[in-house]
Amino acid sequence: MFYRETGQFKQSYAADQAVFPILQDRIGLAIILLVAFVVVPLFGNEFLLASVMVPFLILSLGAIGINILVGYTGLLSLGSAAFMGVGAYSAYKLSTIFPGVNILVWILCSGFFAAGVGVLFGLPSLRIKGFYLAVATLAAQFFLQWCFVRISWLYNDNPSGAIEVPARTLFGIAITGPSATPVTRYLVVLAIVVVMTLLASNIVHGRIGRTWMAVRDMDIAAQLMGIRLLPAKLLAFAVSSFYCGVSGALMVFLWLGAAEPSAFDIKLSFLLLFMVIIGGLGSMIGSFFGAALIHILPIVIRMLPEALGLPIAAATVEHLTYLIVGGLIIFFLIVEPHGLARLWQIAKQKLRVWPFPY
Amino acid sequence: MLYNIFIDPFVQMAQMPDLLVQTLWEGLVSGVLYALIALGFVLIFKASGVFNFAQGIMVVFSALTLVGFYEKFSAYGFSGHTAAFVALILTAGVMFVLAMLIERVVLRPLVNQPDIILFMATFGITYMLIGFGEMVFGGDPKQMIASELFLPSGSVDVEMLGGMVSFQKIDIAAAVIASVMIAGLALFFQKTRIGRALRAVADSHKAALSVGISLNQIWVIVWFAAGLVALVTGIMWGARSDVSFALEIVALKALPVLVLGGLTSVPGAIVGGLIIGIGEKLGEFYWGPLLGGGIESWFAYAIALLFLLYRPQGLFGDKIIERI
Amino acid sequence: MNAASETLLSVDGVSLSFGGVKAITDVSFDIRKGEIRAIIGPNGAGKTSMLNVVNGFYHPQHGRITYKGKTRPRMRPYQAASQGIARTFQNVALFRGMTTLDNIMVGRTLKMHRGLFWQMLRYGPAMREEIEHRRVVEDIIDFLQIESIRKTPVGKLPYGLQKRVELGRALAMEPELLLLDEPMAGMNIEEKEDMCRYILDLNKHFGTTIALIEHDMGVVMDLSDRVVVLEYGHKIADGTPEVVKADPKVIEAYLGVGH
Repeated sequence: MFYRETGQFKQSYAADQAVFPILQDRIGLAIILLVAFVVVPLFGNEFLLASVMVPFLILSLGAIGINILVGYTGLLSLGSAAFMGVGAYSAYKLSTIFPGVNILVWILCSGFFAAGVGVLFGLPSLRIKGFYLAVATLAAQFFLQWCFVRISWLYNDNPSGAIEVPARTLFGIAITGPSATPVTRYLVVLAIVVVMTLLASNIVHGRIGRTWMAVRDMDIAAQLMGIRLLPAKLLAFAVSSFYCGVSGALMVFLWLGAAEPSAFDIKLSFLLLFMVIIGGLGSMIGSFFGAALIHILPIVIRMLPEALGLPIAAATVEHLTYLIVGGLIIFFLIVEPHGLARLWQIAKQKLRVWPFPY
Repeated sequence: MLYNIFIDPFVQMAQMPDLLVQTLWEGLVSGVLYALIALGFVLIFKASGVFNFAQGIMVVFSALTLVGFYEKFSAYGFSGHTAAFVALILTAGVMFVLAMLIERVVLRPLVNQPDIILFMATFGITYMLIGFGEMVFGGDPKQMIASELFLPSGSVDVEMLGGMVSFQKIDIAAAVIASVMIAGLALFFQKTRIGRALRAVADSHKAALSVGISLNQIWVIVWFAAGLVALVTGIMWGARSDVSFALEIVALKALPVLVLGGLTSVPGAIVGGLIIGIGEKLGEFYWGPLLGGGIESWFAYAIALLFLLYRPQGLFGDKIIERI
Repeated sequence: MNAASETLLSVDGVSLSFGGVKAITDVSFDIRKGEIRAIIGPNGAGKTSMLNVVNGFYHPQHGRITYKGKTRPRMRPYQAASQGIARTFQNVALFRGMTTLDNIMVGRTLKMHRGLFWQMLRYGPAMREEIEHRRVVEDIIDFLQIESIRKTPVGKLPYGLQKRVELGRALAMEPELLLLDEPMAGMNIEEKEDMCRYILDLNKHFGTTIALIEHDMGVVMDLSDRVVVLEYGHKIADGTPEVVKADPKVIEAYLGVGH
């Protein structure tokens, strides 16, 4: 009843080309942002903020990065965790070499390093396609991870081989390090993720996004429309790796606090890929759905039996998670290959015409 | 620096040929094992166009099942060779059930979907197998029942080239069994009715259906065959180290082997496996120290990547002519 | 048509082979500015390969292609596109995951120049550019009468409409030379008539030069100014429809010897 576009006449192409052309969508978005920025920090407890919301947002950002590459441009990559690692390690190096500069600047800058590395490993994508490319990106994954272990300069010769986050402040408030409260960390992450999501959404709705999708759907035809494949693919690699890099830096600086090279292993690459598949390939909101499902599922599996008074071993939780995630992937591919985002769209469509579907 | 990279390793090879032979042999053996995993991939890819990411995990799963059955038997006092072979047959049965399940639950509903969707579905299979396997068998490494299956142990030391080269007997056995199996599969593909049907399906699902070949039956057969290949691989591999899910990462090495050989070529899988296995061992032994060691973790992928840049369709793949 | 008009594209002694298979052998013809040129021939005669050569997708082993007075070196498809050669495909090659509108907007890619920075903000110059091109695309949508499917993903459209969207996408490039590969294959009679009208309108009102491959002889003879006939990669006839129709070699190629 309330989700209707009747009476909203678009009088200019500008209105019709908007990212959210329907009024109710814009109101809904405003409400979500209001809840995220005001209600959650006011009423959320530490567990919700630090263990649910912060990781969820950071993973969503990474998933957006992968979605740009896999979902929009159709280049299958299994090396995204390594690009996150590049972001994390470069943010760490920059912040320890230049401690005076604000940490947020370095976190965003780290994205450029990840983008550079991403472009380098994206070069083969001109000649290599599909599964073959997926295998080529594995080279990035294993090579970069090896670098994180072997090049001690990257972790300042720390004997533990891990990077530890220095305490840094913004306007006098601690945002990284042990003294930063979950609320401040949450708000910083949220602000970055919201802005970057907006930018990504703008990109994919414009010329560049259309170029990527054209390459994905039919690269030969795209070429004959005057699209140059290599620049288009490399740009996708760059933007995607930028997002992964920032997400990796945020992961270490504002979520984990310290990280070993194994934090960026191939399992993380797969996990992020699953988020994108389950959430919806080629959908911004899908990245959030996917991240929410994959991150929150294990928490629910852990907490549900406890709430019901059943003891459950940590190992069993892990196994169950594997089993359920695997099952969900197959389920979604069979039922709805376009993921949660498509289900969401269908629900909206139903709501639009409800209660008279004909 | 240049000397260290381009000359010194070869000088070392020439000076100590026995070490070179030893390294080559080790590379050959791991190459055979990579080739076996890759063979499982190729079987399935040829007959259903599915890039089966789960092949590596099927190796681990089958090995764990085998050991699991045997442990159950010996808990009831039934052990020795007979028990081992009963466990082997039961495991083959499990792989058959698995093939049926995958065909019924995953492949049949996804028929005619794009390749990439099927590929991702095999990720789902991988995760389910890991979750299920760990839940049933636990995460601890297990000992393969090698001697119960009449597999030799120990080594043969041969004096040659001014030194001793030692060949593990189990490695020799692995190489022999792998060759026999590959020959058998090749015969099966070329000479039998089912083999012909398999090749038809590989060319076109629809055309095969139209001449009365049952896709479902074919798929069960190939997945079962891939399961058996996985079982053999698992036994060989388990006998060399132990059986655990850590093998999963090693199984990923089959991917560069595959792209090297071309996805549809059985000889390609074998040659690719050998190239990767030997290249990796030589690289680690002679060039690894220059980079601080541990390059085995990515060397295979780097070889594959460089090779693909030169020949995107793999060693034995057909040249791609793009049409519109 | 103005028979004396200048030559837009000429193909001189082009040969193309794949491995040992000869697809095109020593074919020469020209396309004049403003004409509708048909390429016909039995299946496998090398017609589509010829178009692929013209827009740089295949590179011939021998021969020269002169476009707008310049003999061009080996070129890439996107370069052909930027010089004003657009085309449609025998098997519809639309971007299936995108809407009709987005598909046609892709055709504007070459004319849009705002970089990543403005695209990211989707504001100011980027938005103005987007709207300016949307206006052009809407004109094309009007012309082809596909307003109602503007926001439909093209994968869901029936075949006839897909062909029309594909034509729209090619038009969005504002081509000087439009290559149409069997634009009417698999269409019913009404759809064919519509498509013919679009092609004629394009040619008359916008002066677009058109080269088309078509099997429907009625259509070819009615539409085209001149016809090239290929058989097994060789050119067997070239001229106005009347001349070609009367050519004994053509009759033989189509009907077999003895008729």
